[in-house]
Amino acid sequence: MSDYRIKGATGEWEVVIGLEVHAQVTSNAKLFSGAATTFGAEPNTQVSLVDAAMPGMLPVPNRECIRQAVRTGMAIDAQINKWSRFDRKNYFYADLPQGYQISQLYHPLVGEGEVEIDVEGETKTIGVERIHVEQDAGKLMHDQHPTRSYVDLNRSGVALMEIVSKPDMRSPAEAGAYLAKLRSILRYVGSCDGNMDQGSMRADVNVSVRKPGEPFGTRTETKNVNSVRFVMQTVEIEALRQIDVIENGGKIVQETRLFDPDKGETRSMRSKEDAHDYRYFPDPDLLPLELDDDFLDDCRKSLPELPDAKRARYVALGVTPYNASVLTAEVESARFFDALLDAGAKGPAASNWVTSELFGALNRLGKQIEDSPVSATQAAELLGLVAEGTLSNTLAKQVFEIMLETGEDPSKIVEERGLKQTSDTGAIEAEIAKVLDANADKVAEYRSGKDKLFGFFVGQTMKAMAGKANPGVVNDLLKKALDG
Amino acid sequence: MSDVTNLGVAALRDGIRSGEFSAKEVADAFIVKVSAAKQLNAFIVETPEHALAAAREADAARAAGEVLKPLAGVPIGMKDLFCTKGVQTTAASHMLEGFKPVYESTVSQKLWDAGAGMLGKLNLDQFAMGSSNETSYFGNVISPWRRRDGGNAPLAPGGSSGGSSAAISARLVPAATGTDTGGSIRQPAAFTGISGIKPTYGRCSRWGVVAFASSLDQAGPMARDVRDCAIMLEAMAGFDAKDATSLKLDVPKWEQGLSGDLRGKKIGIPKEYRVDGMPSEIEALWQQGIDWLKDAGAEIVEVSLPHTQYALPAYYIIAPAEASSNLARYDGVRYGQRELPDGANLQDMYAATRAAGFGPEVQRRILIGTYVLSAGFYDAYYTQAQKVRTLIARDFERAWLDCDLLLTPTAPSAAFALGEKSADPLAMYLNDVFTVPSSLAGIPAMSVPGGLDKAGLPLGLQIIGKPLDEQGVLNAGLAIEQRAGFTARPEQWW
Repeated sequence: MSDYRIKGATGEWEVVIGLEVHAQVTSNAKLFSGAATTFGAEPNTQVSLVDAAMPGMLPVPNRECIRQAVRTGMAIDAQINKWSRFDRKNYFYADLPQGYQISQLYHPLVGEGEVEIDVEGETKTIGVERIHVEQDAGKLMHDQHPTRSYVDLNRSGVALMEIVSKPDMRSPAEAGAYLAKLRSILRYVGSCDGNMDQGSMRADVNVSVRKPGEPFGTRTETKNVNSVRFVMQTVEIEALRQIDVIENGGKIVQETRLFDPDKGETRSMRSKEDAHDYRYFPDPDLLPLELDDDFLDDCRKSLPELPDAKRARYVALGVTPYNASVLTAEVESARFFDALLDAGAKGPAASNWVTSELFGALNRLGKQIEDSPVSATQAAELLGLVAEGTLSNTLAKQVFEIMLETGEDPSKIVEERGLKQTSDTGAIEAEIAKVLDANADKVAEYRSGKDKLFGFFVGQTMKAMAGKANPGVVNDLLKKALDG
Repeated sequence: MSDVTNLGVAALRDGIRSGEFSAKEVADAFIVKVSAAKQLNAFIVETPEHALAAAREADAARAAGEVLKPLAGVPIGMKDLFCTKGVQTTAASHMLEGFKPVYESTVSQKLWDAGAGMLGKLNLDQFAMGSSNETSYFGNVISPWRRRDGGNAPLAPGGSSGGSSAAISARLVPAATGTDTGGSIRQPAAFTGISGIKPTYGRCSRWGVVAFASSLDQAGPMARDVRDCAIMLEAMAGFDAKDATSLKLDVPKWEQGLSGDLRGKKIGIPKEYRVDGMPSEIEALWQQGIDWLKDAGAEIVEVSLPHTQYALPAYYIIAPAEASSNLARYDGVRYGQRELPDGANLQDMYAATRAAGFGPEVQRRILIGTYVLSAGFYDAYYTQAQKVRTLIARDFERAWLDCDLLLTPTAPSAAFALGEKSADPLAMYLNDVFTVPSSLAGIPAMSVPGGLDKAGLPLGLQIIGKPLDEQGVLNAGLAIEQRAGFTARPEQWW
C-alpha cells in the first residue's frame, strides 16, 4: 500500500513519517501534585505550590497517571517496563517554573508496541518505539497587555504521555490514520479524552523524503500539530518543501518547524545549532518507579475491549467491515451499538440503522451520540418492531422521527397513533380489488406485458392502506390478483 | 534561679514540666541572649514572638493540668533553609531576600507540633553551599570560640549550619535544626564543641527545605549533647507523603534507647581515613576515642573503605549537578529578587537576576554542575561519579560484615580563621573529606565533641552507622560523651 509517491523534477520521491504524540492523561490531579486539571479554568487557579516551583517543594508521583500510561501501553501490546525512572530535562523558559521538565529519557515506562491502521482497505502495522510520561508546561499569553506577557500555570505539571512512533508511515493518509487510530485507542482505554481542539492531544510530525530504496533523508520536526487533518497537511506541505529544496540544490537542515494552517506552510522555529543542551539526569527527588505484578494485573483487567477486537466481533455478527469500522472509530458509537446488541437488536440491521438513520438524525440535530434523544433500548425496540413485521421501514422512519421529537417509546407511539403495519390479507385484498377496478386500463396494459406497471399498483395499494400494509404481503397478493 | 540558658533541651523540658521554671521565663532568658549576641551574626531574623507564643501555650497547658508535649516550651533556632510560614526564609541568599513562604516545612511543623518555639532563623552558607558560613549574603557568622594562643582572629563556626553551631555553643539557643549535604551538620558541630546527627537519608522529610542537592540533603538536629540530639531527632523525623524519598517507618524511641554500654559492639577504624597532613592532635584524639569506646565495652577492628579517596571528587560532581538544576527555579519570575535592566528581554532578566541574586560560591557550583551534565561531559563526570557513589556505598556494606559502627575524626582540622580558606575553594572542599562518604551512602553519622586542641579549640569525633541505626550511632556518641567529659565553652566576648 505504501506506493504514495510525489513526483518531482528529478523523479519520484517517497515520504517517511514518524509521529510523537503528546496525550494529556485523564486524571483529576497532576503528575506530581494534587492540583486539579479541569480544562478552561480561570488562569492560575489550578496551581499548587509544587506546580509553581516554590522553594522546597517536592514532586510525588500520582499513581493514577502511571496506571493510565501502563494501560495505554497494554492497549498497544507494548512492553511494560516494571522499572523505569524520571529524568530532568533542564531549560529556562517562562512557562516552566522549575527550570526543568520531569520526563523519562533513559528508562521510559513503556517500550515497543504497535498500532494497526487501515488505509484504503489495506491493513498496516505501525511500530511504537516507546511511551513515557512527563509534565506539561504552563501557557504564555501574549495578548493580555501591550508590552508584557502573562503566564497561566494551570497546565503546568499536568501529566502527558509522549507516544513515539517508529518512522513507519509513508503517506499523509497513513499518518492521519495512525493518529486517528491512536486517538481512538486512547479514548477506548480512557487514558486521554482525545480533545485535540483543547490541546489534550497534539503531534510533533517528523518528515523526511528520499528516493525509493535510498537511506532515510534528514528529517524536520513540525511541532504541536493539533488535528488529524493538519497532520496530513503538514506531511504533504513539508514533503513538497523538502523536495523543492533538494531539487534546487539545497540541503535539508535538521530543525524544528511550525505549521501555519492559515498560510498553509511550515516555518522554521530553530535549527539544531541553537538547540538546547537539556542536561538530562535522573531526578534526585524521585525514586525509580517500580511496578509490581498485582498493579500490572489490575491494569490489564481494567482494559476494555479495544477497537480492533470489537470490529472483528461485529463483523462476525454479520456487520459489513465498512459499518464495523464506522461503528468502532469512536468509543461512544461502539458503546451505543453494544447497548443496542445487548437490548436484543440484530447486528446487520442495527448497524445499518445506526450508520444511516441515527447518524443522519444526530447530524441534523447537531448532537453527539452520547446525547442521543433516542436511547439504545428504545432503538432496539424500534428495530424489533421492524424485524417482527409490525413496522415497515417507511413506518419505522416515521416512528423514529416522532421518537426524536418526543422521546417516547416506539411501542407507545405505534399504539397511540395506529402506525402498525398490517398483514391482514382480507383488508389488503379488498383494497387491491378496488385499485384494480379503478384502473382497469392499466391492468390490461400490465397483462399485455407492461411489467413495469407493477410498481404503480404497489404504490396505489400502499396509499390506500395509508402506508401501513406489509409490503411483502402486498406484493404477494398483487401478484396473485394480477397474474393469477 | 540559675541561668536557664545554661540548660539543654532535656533539662528545660523537665524543668518546665516540673514547674521549676515557666516556659515564659525560659523564652525570655533566651530572647535576651539572642538580642545581645548580634556580633556573632548567627541570626538572619529573630522571632521572639514565636518563642513566646509557644511558651504561653506550654504554661497554659501546664496550668490546665494537661500532659505536656515532648518539647513544650523549649525554644530553638531554625536554620534559614527551612521554610517557615510568614517568616522570611532566605537560604542566606540575596535571591530570596524578603521571601515569606505561605507554607511551613514538614520538619519545622513537626517541631512546633511537639511544642517547641522559634527564637529565629539562623544564618548559614548561601544555599547551604560552604564549610565556613562565609558564603552567606547576610555576612559570615563569627564563631564564639577564640584561640587561646593569643590569636584573636575571628574563627569560622563551620558550615553550612554555622548559625546553628554558633548559636548553640554561645548558649543563645539550647538546640537548632541543621541540614547536612556533605557534612553541614557534623563539621560545624565539631568546630564549636557541640553534637549533631545526620540521620539516615529519608528519615526527615525534605518538604519545605530549600533544596541544595536532593539525593544528599538531610535534616538533623544540633544540640549540646547526645540526649538532646535524640530528643530533637524524634520530633523532627517521620514519614511524609509529600516527600517521595521519605522512609515509611515508625520513629524509634531514641531517647529511651540511649545507653553508653557498648559491650558486644564492634567498632571499625577505617584505615583510609588516616590522611596525609592530618594534625597530630586529631590523630591523638582519634586514638583517645578508640580507647573510650574500648572502655565502654566495644571491640575495635580495623576495616578498609578502599574507595574513600574518590568520595570527595564524586561529591563535588554530584552535589553541584543536582544544585545546578535545583536552583534553576530562582529565575525572578514568581518570587524573590528580580533584576530587570532597561530593555531587557526574558533571557536578559534571567541572567541579570541570577547574577545579582546568587553569590560567587553558588554561581561556581551552578557552573560546575551545568558543566558536568553537559552533552559530551555527562558520562565522563556525572555517570562516573554515580559509579563511585555505588562503590562507596558498597565499601560501607562490606565494612558492616566486620563491624557495627565506624569511628573517625569529623574534620581534618579545628576551626580555621575567617578568610583563611575562602580564597581557595579546593582547600575549603577538603574540609569535607571525612563527612562526605557517609553522605554519599545515605547512612547516619554524628559528631560529638572529643576535646580541645592546643589552641583551645574543639575537635570532634564522628560515628558512622548502618542504615537506620541512629540508635547505635547515638549510643556510641553517648559513650564518648560520658568519657570525654567535655565541658569547655567559649568565653563570652560578644
